[in-house]
Amino acid sequence: MNVLVCVKRVPMTGGTIVLTPDGQAIATQHLGFTISPHEECGVEEAVRIVERHGGESVVLTLGPPEAEEQLRDALALGIDRAIHLVTDGEEWDAQATAAAIAAAVEAERAAGIEYDLLLFGNESADAGGYQVGVRVAHRLGLPCATGLKSLAVEGGRIRCEQEAPGGRDVYDLPLPAVVTVKEGLNLPRYPSVPGRMRAQRKPVAASRPARPEPRLERLRLVVPGGQRKQAEILGHGPEAAPRVVEVLERIGVLT
Amino acid sequence: MTVLALVERGPEGPDELSLQALAFARSLAPGEPLHALAPVRGGEGTELAATLGEHGVSTVHLAEHEAFAAHAPVALARAVVELVERLAPAAVVAAGSERGNEVLAHVGALLDLPLATNCLEAALGEPMRLTRLRWGGSLLEEASLHGSPKLLTVAPHAVPAEAAPAAGPAVERFTPSLTDADLVVRVVERVQAAAGGISLADAKVVVSAGRGAGSAEGFAVIEELAALLGGAVGCSRAVTMAGWRPHTDQVGQTGTKIAPDVYIACGISGATQHLAGCKGAKTLLAINTDPDAPILASADYAVIGDLHEVVPAISAEIRKARGR
Ligand SMILES: Cc1cc2nc3c(=O)[nH]c(=O)nc-3n(C[C@H](O)[C@H](O)[C@H](O)COP(=O)(O)OP(=O)(O)OC[C@H]3O[C@@H](n4cnc5c(N)ncnc54)[C@H](O)[C@@H]3O)c2cc1C
Ligand SMILES: Nc1ncnc2c1ncn2[C@@H]1O[C@H](COP(=O)(O)O)[C@@H](O)[C@H]1O
Repeated sequence: MNVLVCVKRVPMTGGTIVLTPDGQAIATQHLGFTISPHEECGVEEAVRIVERHGGESVVLTLGPPEAEEQLRDALALGIDRAIHLVTDGEEWDAQATAAAIAAAVEAERAAGIEYDLLLFGNESADAGGYQVGVRVAHRLGLPCATGLKSLAVEGGRIRCEQEAPGGRDVYDLPLPAVVTVKEGLNLPRYPSVPGRMRAQRKPVAASRPARPEPRLERLRLVVPGGQRKQAEILGHGPEAAPRVVEVLERIGVLT
Repeated sequence: MTVLALVERGPEGPDELSLQALAFARSLAPGEPLHALAPVRGGEGTELAATLGEHGVSTVHLAEHEAFAAHAPVALARAVVELVERLAPAAVVAAGSERGNEVLAHVGALLDLPLATNCLEAALGEPMRLTRLRWGGSLLEEASLHGSPKLLTVAPHAVPAEAAPAAGPAVERFTPSLTDADLVVRVVERVQAAAGGISLADAKVVVSAGRGAGSAEGFAVIEELAALLGGAVGCSRAVTMAGWRPHTDQVGQTGTKIAPDVYIACGISGATQHLAGCKGAKTLLAINTDPDAPILASADYAVIGDLHEVVPAISAEIRKARGR
């Protein structure tokens, strides 16, 4: 089984989001970077599938040179090698991202590497477009199930479970296939020190695709207003309990 | 100028987010005909069509296929594409639900058109100007959407569902032409959730804890208070990552979105990704040792203190009040 997992570098925002003065980006001077929790589960699943079924696991990102950090993080967790589609830091829209990822998969195929499974996050942490995986599937002519919380590979097929109101919906796809996954799929492992060391020596293949004109074109970012409140302090420590109960009574949840 | 809206069905008639999407679709082209597409099995959908008429739909297109007994996203996207070719709408609108986003992503891929998901506002034009959610709603993006028709989904609760009675809608049934490949991705089985317990998403009261709980055992006091209030237990991602609670308890951008009457958040700092999941709470009470914790800027009430002392004291006080 050859498995590809796609991840996107995003800033780790804390309690508030601060924008650059031109409103084009999040001010990231003081921030670390990460990937979406959905994608972390995708990385973990890729490692587990290859541990169980053999083959090769590959991580891919389209992002700035610094995104090599997220590739190395995945390599430290047990992914075998990485593909870096290097950008100049401008975000690409979903159509352009999907086209570049599909082209990279085609290039691998031309070099004799066929993927049985392509893993994506259900939605990226920042853009939240809910579409790159679906678009890649169409470009490659593969079936795609989305929003999955459980995967089981067996006999050339994959059984996929998706949360739905009142239960779970099950899909059963032939491989090769594209799946988009959600946090809760598994509990990702932490990187080990030897894992981190090995990651430094694993191959990262970089190339620079050209960025097409965006068709969903970002004009500016805005922090939504009107949500800052001044919390009324009901007290300090256990002595505050009677006032808490007063409040609960007032809002009618103490019946 | 027509707008086409995709309607999902809930257990009883059209689903609430789809009705919101219809209200949004009407506002895009006021006074213009509004077409809706709903997938049904052969012969079904008469009542559904009547309900859609009460929400301003002038023509209801019922896409009939046995595959539509369950979710079949590619087949449904093919039906949308067929109608797009027939009606040449200015825009195609769906709910920003998991399924609405999924089906329009397929439509975008089939037509090679861009898709703007989770929009709050949009104005028809070339290009379309719109505002959409990023970071699960913690950040907004103003954007231009190129190409035609415009494909967009509507952020949940961006607009209320509002009745807008139209003269009895025209009902047109059609069978989309589908190949076997369009039917590969479809629900083949349904696993029912274990009954019992209050679901986090629907609970009127949610009591959550974060890293401040200190351990899985630290949740005993949280469970006790939640039980006293007839509520559900929630948690932050720090907790699920530590393995103290299952991911089904996680509130936030990549967890469950909640909308209780009261949310009691104990030992949770208030990261934007956590707050993205509890914006719908009517009242937020934070219990935190740190008077400068970011969550206080989103809370209505706060108690400064150790949750291991404060929470049991609240439970004791509730018992006392009930005993009176
Ligand atoms: C893309 C993305 C998606 C994410 N999605 C989610 C999500 O869905 N849900 C989510 O929760 N997080 C999510 N996160 C993680 C989020 O950024 C935070 O890391 C996380 O919410 C922190 O959890 P916490 O508040 O429990 O821990 P911390 O930030 O460590 O805060 C602990 C708090 O407890 C207080 N405290 C400590 N001891 C006590 C005590 N004894 N009594 C009372 N108070 C005490 C401290 O003062 C502090 O405020 C996401 C992150 C990313 C990047
Ligand atoms: N720049 C990128 N590089 C690699 N993968 C990406 C990128 N953008 C999106 N993806 C993948 O596509 C998924 C869905 O993204 P989106 O459609 O933006 O919500 C993400 O969770 C990633 O797995």
